Amino acid sequence: MLTVDRVTVTYDRTPAVRDASLEIADGEVLALLGPSGSGKSTLLRAIAGLEPATGAVRWDGDDLAGVPVHRRGFGLVFQDGQLFPHRDVAGNIAFGPRMQGMPAGDRDRRVAELLELVGLAGYERRQVTELSGGEAQRVALARALAPRPRLLLLDEPLSGLDAELRESLALDLVGVLRRAKATTLLVTHDQEEAFTLADRLAVLDEGRIRQSGDVVDVWRAPADERVARFLGVTTVVSGEVADGQLRCAFGVADVPWALAGPVTVGLRPHALRVASTGVPGEVVERARRRDHTRVTVDVSETVPDASTVDAVATMADGVRPGEEVRLRLDPGGVAIVG
Amino acid sequence: MDRTVARAVRGLSRGGRRGPGAGRARGAGVVALAALPIAFLGVLFAWPVVAILRLGVTDGEVSRALAQAQTWDLAAFTLGQAAASTAVAVLAGMPVAFLLARVRLRGAGWVRTFLLVPFVLPTVVVGLAFKALWPGGGVATIVLANAFFNVAVVARTVGGLWAHLDRRAEDAARSLGASPWQAFRTVTLPALAPALASSAAVVFLFCSTSFGVVLMLGGGRYRTLETEIYLRTVELLDLSGAAALSLVQLAAVVLALVVGGVARRRRERAAPLRAPVTTARRPAGREWWVVGAALTVVAGLLVPILALVVRSLSTRDGWGFDGYRALAGSGDGALSVTGWEAALNSLRTAFDATVLAMIVGVLAAVALVAAGRARGRAARLAGETLDAALMLPLGVSAVTVGFGYLVTLDALPGDLRTSPMLVPLAQALVVVPLVIRMVLPVLRSVDDRLRQAAATLGAAPVRVWWTVDVPLAARSLAAAAAFGYVVALGEFGATSFLARPEAPTLPVAINELISRPGELNTQLAYAACTLLMLVTAGVAAVIDRLRAPHVGEF
Repeated sequence: MLTVDRVTVTYDRTPAVRDASLEIADGEVLALLGPSGSGKSTLLRAIAGLEPATGAVRWDGDDLAGVPVHRRGFGLVFQDGQLFPHRDVAGNIAFGPRMQGMPAGDRDRRVAELLELVGLAGYERRQVTELSGGEAQRVALARALAPRPRLLLLDEPLSGLDAELRESLALDLVGVLRRAKATTLLVTHDQEEAFTLADRLAVLDEGRIRQSGDVVDVWRAPADERVARFLGVTTVVSGEVADGQLRCAFGVADVPWALAGPVTVGLRPHALRVASTGVPGEVVERARRRDHTRVTVDVSETVPDASTVDAVATMADGVRPGEEVRLRLDPGGVAIVG
Repeated sequence: MDRTVARAVRGLSRGGRRGPGAGRARGAGVVALAALPIAFLGVLFAWPVVAILRLGVTDGEVSRALAQAQTWDLAAFTLGQAAASTAVAVLAGMPVAFLLARVRLRGAGWVRTFLLVPFVLPTVVVGLAFKALWPGGGVATIVLANAFFNVAVVARTVGGLWAHLDRRAEDAARSLGASPWQAFRTVTLPALAPALASSAAVVFLFCSTSFGVVLMLGGGRYRTLETEIYLRTVELLDLSGAAALSLVQLAAVVLALVVGGVARRRRERAAPLRAPVTTARRPAGREWWVVGAALTVVAGLLVPILALVVRSLSTRDGWGFDGYRALAGSGDGALSVTGWEAALNSLRTAFDATVLAMIVGVLAAVALVAAGRARGRAARLAGETLDAALMLPLGVSAVTVGFGYLVTLDALPGDLRTSPMLVPLAQALVVVPLVIRMVLPVLRSVDDRLRQAAATLGAAPVRVWWTVDVPLAARSLAAAAAFGYVVALGEFGATSFLARPEAPTLPVAINELISRPGELNTQLAYAACTLLMLVTAGVAAVIDRLRAPHVGEF
């Protein structure tokens, strides 16, 4: 188990990470989610031992302060792979086992095994310069897993790839991580990546960990409005929870998980759906997405404390700017803030 | 000097003290790496030079020298001719660098090898060759001769980095509407700046301390600080005057290094490296003009060399091999050994010097890279100070250093002055800065995350270096070793001062032969000179081929 205890990393007297604490249980995937510049990569590098830091990084209770990078047994995958350009695919993957002194025969088997795992069987003799972006990231992952690290650190592993590839590789990655039973810390700015891959979530902002917990819990109940907005909330209104039901200006939704009392409600775009009944408003803007239509709706006449809101419509709705629509509340997009 | 080093060491350790784990370990590592180069520099350079300066600076001679207009004239001429020579070398070297790095033409490899020949010719010999071509001498001849030596420094250093630059940055500029020239000026040139600044600094130092050439071509009219120091030390026995001039020279060199260092620091950053295979291609369109310019430069370099070869084959009665036959003997009583023995002696000495210089130079380069990456300002400053300090041996009179050895080195156990290792050590002192300048830009261009990836995979720091830096820098390491070897082969200034009479190197023997009367001595000298060129070209060719492009290696 990894324990990060009040770690602070300072660059030229400005702290990039302040008092960050988190834990990752064996076999668990924790996503460290934050906007760019929030200090998440710095924290990951501090855990890897690549950044001098104050505070403690512990593995199963042992302080790693005196343990250099190469003895920590933490695998690392960079955003752009950083494969060794002077070695072929097998040479890259066999690097870690070689450092451990594994005999050549075992090494070859391990390389084949990992290529199989990441879906690139038979790629041993390929030059890394000839790989596509997705293949290179798979090789980088295989390379990091080859020495059987006790912790896998992924630094924005999918950010350099195009959208479609990112999605399919994310799903593959889930499978690989589960099969390898790798304890993993994933650093990303992409919520979808975090939700796809992680069991738990820690949100980092301006060098501080604002919230951490189970993915669904953080998703439903962001700690504050900043975190909520980072997690996709675009509209914030006040409301009241009673008997597992939320009442707010946009209607009623079932929230059996929420505590009763007055609350701040965070609405993601898909919490408000264009429907035949609901709160009326005028469409101001429309943007087509792959599987839905995103609309901005002026509701200032009916809900004065939220002048315009983001909502979604189905492709079939065919809404146009200037049209009058009604918005129905969908519990799937509702968050209780604070 | 000693204090600078001490400060550098303190700075390095301070820079590493910040964090609990990684930081301190790295700081300690940097200090450990830097220890050997610093010790080497301290014992073989700082100590002898300081001792000589102290000998001279006892009786107010410095202020007297500074008050003389002649001193300032000498300084101005020294720096002026060095600047002009550097400019010529850079202008001539750039097209050749392009040829070496970006052009896939048959014979380009031979150009790379050939370029080393001028660089390692003994200065006395080149002086003679230029004098034969332009009997009048004068400033222009001095500048041309100095540039002749140093085109290789620019072409090989800049070409080494150029071959690794990603061509796509230029392509991007072209697609944004830049002409080929604009793309070169705004994208390629800035990326080459570190190598360009490095090589220009080295050339400037070489030219400002150039000795044999100025002595031969300047006559009585044109003198530099270096020749004046030699004159005062050896002929006039005016040790304090020489020491005063050494101080002026040292100050000028330090100033030049600081200016060069500031320029480098502003520009040196990691450049994305590519396999050279992908960057070289057949020239097209106006690139042929650049290739033409490069070939013109190469032809120009050939002229003095051919003059030497022709001279070695001319006898009183037409063509002949008299000079070469005489290599088996010792001339007209001019030498205590045969020509072949001197040649063998040269090879051995240069080998030892290269091994020493590679160890010291590569350690220093690795320490400098680590210090440059360090977070603390103090560590970076210490790195830059060490960087500049390691260049100083190029800028200080070989005469001063040589004399310093005679004064100081008896204090060490096992009197180094009579040791056969003395000459290799002195030659290594000259070669180390070259090794650093050639290896450093490439090591700095290696993405630090590659090293980090290796570390997270379980490679200890030495292993990281061996598995990441060495393969990626192998080309420059091989080139640096080749360069160092041939420089040591041709080293004249310090060697002439320190070589034992019973064990002269080839350049020393040539100088000895040329200063004696007699047809046989002259012919033997020219033959030995040609032999030196052949050996040099051969060694350079072998080492250049050793790192033949194995696809995927880089």
